[in-house]
This record gives sequence, C-alpha cells and structure tokens, in this order.
Amino acid sequence: MSKVMGNLFATFGPLLGQGLLDTLAMLFFSTTIAYLLGLVIGVILYVTAPESLRPHRAVNAVLGWVVNMTRSIPFIILLVSVMPVTKALVGTTIGVRGVIFPLVLSAAPFVARMIEQSLNEVPRDAIEAAEACGASLPRIVLSALLPEAMPSIVRGVSITLISVLGYTAIAGAVGAGGLGDIAIRYGYYRYEDQAMIATIVLLVVVVQVIQSSCDLIAKHIDHR
Amino acid sequence: MISLQQLTKVYGADGGGDHALSNVSLDIPNGDVFGIIGISGAGKSTLVRCINLLERPTSGKVVVDGIDVTGLTGSDLRSYRRRVAMIFQGFGLLAQKTALENVCFPFLAGTGRVTEENRRRARALLDEVGLADKASSYPAQLSGGQKQRVAIARALACEPEYILCDEATSALDPASTASVLSLLKKINRETGVTLVVITHSMSVVRDICKDVAVLVRGTVVEAGTVDEVFAHPQHETTKALLGQVSWDE
Repeated sequence: MSKVMGNLFATFGPLLGQGLLDTLAMLFFSTTIAYLLGLVIGVILYVTAPESLRPHRAVNAVLGWVVNMTRSIPFIILLVSVMPVTKALVGTTIGVRGVIFPLVLSAAPFVARMIEQSLNEVPRDAIEAAEACGASLPRIVLSALLPEAMPSIVRGVSITLISVLGYTAIAGAVGAGGLGDIAIRYGYYRYEDQAMIATIVLLVVVVQVIQSSCDLIAKHIDHR
Repeated sequence: MISLQQLTKVYGADGGGDHALSNVSLDIPNGDVFGIIGISGAGKSTLVRCINLLERPTSGKVVVDGIDVTGLTGSDLRSYRRRVAMIFQGFGLLAQKTALENVCFPFLAGTGRVTEENRRRARALLDEVGLADKASSYPAQLSGGQKQRVAIARALACEPEYILCDEATSALDPASTASVLSLLKKINRETGVTLVVITHSMSVVRDICKDVAVLVRGTVVEAGTVDEVFAHPQHETTKALLGQVSWDE
C-alpha cells in the first residue's frame, strides 16, 4: 500500500500540488470578488423588498430578475458564452486568470441570494428597534443587520465555497487547470485511475476543511 | 404633549384595504402614563407605531409639542425618534451584542460612535435597572424580564421625552411583569418621562396608568382617567375587559 502511495506521489505529486494550488487560487479569488458584489446586491435586495426598510418595487424586481437570469444559466454554458467578454477583460480564456470572471459572474448572484436569506433570518423586531433608536439606513445595515446575520452568512460561505469548488472542476474541462482538469485529462482520457482517485481524495479533503472551519467560525461568533 | 389628530391608517396599496385606525384623536399630556387598551387586532400597535412613524398614517396628524411631525424624513425624523424611545413585546435586542452594547446602540445611531462617556452612562443605566452585573452578557443568557430591562435601559440612553411601550410585559411571567411595571413607574416618577403604554391587560392599566383610552376596531370608544373609566365604564368592550360581562354575551 505504502509502495503504491509512494509511486503515486512520485508520478503525480508535482502535478497534483500545482493542480491543488490552481484550484485554491480560483476558489479564493472568485469567491472573494463574488462576496464583494453579492453582499451589496443581497443587501439591496433585502432593503428594497416589500415591507422592508426602503421598499422599492422596481429596483427589487429588476435586480431580482437579473439574479434569477444569471442563476438559471448552467455554469458550463455561462462559461463558454461569456468567453469573448472574458478575453476582452483579462486577455485570456484559459488558466486561473481566464476563469475568474465567469466564476464571479456565476457565484455573485448565488451569494446575493445567500446573503438575502441570511438577512431575512434576522428577527424583524431587532431591526425595528434599531430604526426606532433613530439609526440611519447605512447605520442599521452596518451596525445591526450585518452583525446580526454574520453567523448565518459565515455558514453560507461554506456552501458557496463548496459550490464554487464544483464550478472550478467544470472550468477545468475547458482549460482552466486545477484538479478538475487533472481528473479529466489523466483520469478520464488516459485511464490513469490513480490520478482520478488522488484528485477525488484531495477534493474531499478540501471540502471537509472548508466545512469544518466555517462551522467552527460560525459557532465561535454566534452568541445566540 | 403628543396630540394625535384624526389619525387614520388604511392597509393596502390603493387605500381600499382594512382600516387599522379610523379618525383616532387623543391628547397625551407630558409626564402622563397613558394606557391604550384593546383586544388583539384593535389597532393598538399600529397606533403606537404611527407615533414614532415606524408606520406612516394614511391621513391625520401626529403633533408633538405643537409641531407636526407626521411628514418628517431623513435626519429630522431620526432626531425626532431619539426623543421618542420604544420598547417592544419581543424586546428587540440585538442578539450578537452584549447588554452594554445594546444600551449603547442609540448613541451609535445618533453620532456614529460610542464614547467612554456614553459607556459610563450605559453602565449607570444598567445599574439603575438592576443589571449592573450583566453588562457583558448576551441577550440569550438573560431571562425575559432581564431582556426587557436591558431594552428599558436602551430606551433611556438618549434621555427621551416619551417612551412607547408596545405590549412590553405581554411576553413576561407575572413576577417579571410586576418588576418591569414598577421600574417603568419609578422612571416616570423620577424623570418625568411620558409613557404610552399599549396593552391588552386591564391589570397593567390599573397598575401604572393615569389615563386610558379604549380602542375597538381602530376607533377610540372611551377615554379618560383610569379612575373614571374603571368606575363607570361606558362601552361594552371596556366592561368586558374589566370582567364585568363575559365575552360570550
């Protein structure tokens, strides 16, 4: 067994190491940017909803429609259909750099809905009390709404990261690199079962680490 | 003085919905403890939420010390709200903030920051409501009565002229109810702050209110001093609330 493992590392070690790094880079950059955008969109969706802090039917409907539209396009189709835009933006459609834009485009609306949902879980009376204290809208959002929703938002981060991890594997199929690319090129096209198994093991470990650390953080910051 | 003039609130976009309030006119003198009583769905909460404009009346005016506040927006509205504090049935505390941070929230709302001076005042207020040792506790670690005391301390933070109590004791057990009511009474006596007490319980009115208005389906059917109204109730609902007739009749 240890000999098999040794062989595996000798053959695929550097490849898998680079693949893992690429995957983590795609995951980190795209999720970070997706959260910057998704947070803003999610907050706007929340505050403009009917009966919310600043109900605005048109803004809410248009934004909701854009989010739904983007979310209804399967990632593989979104990825190839925006390739001209990706090319214009970052100069390439392959590698880690070439996949960040489609990943963000796909993840940001997902994040927006996750954020909106987390905000909706905050008890209404706590927000109303903040309003009754004479807090302005930005103050309510920054000092009451988001801090109250934070444990739920952090739990959402693990769901987002794991979804985006899945997307990075799909992106691997069209030249993004990373573990998905290795699984397809070596495991699928060349019947190198060991490479396939190794990528699966690595992905399982990555998912476990994401899930456990987000759970731990959420538990630590939640005072309910 | 808070003067409600022909306050009407209609739900529904085109104004064709239910009348939550119809032509409610009331004068609430400064320093008073004013009870507004009614059964569930009578419009009590809508009425009190119109006072601090958490809800906008469909028509009519809210006049405070001779100034019409009904149309206030932006920073005028926010500074008005700091004169009119509110406590809620569900306490409305921020679960991710300590008792002290909750009491400091009105300072944060007002100035965007919390000074050392603010914190000292917040601690003094927590002491006043009997929770000096709970400053760093989170709401989840407090009992219902304690949570409402934190909410009262928060309401007092900005030295309001009025405190609106929306079913403030309805979620509490009898012992906590008694202690919260006596605290409110003491605050009214010592600071002269006007209390508007929304309740469905006659015993709450009897315990702390000086004046009372009875609300039935969005209309004031009876108003006067508690002594008068209790001694000579006119309306069926008042009699029923006083237990003089049963609801089944």
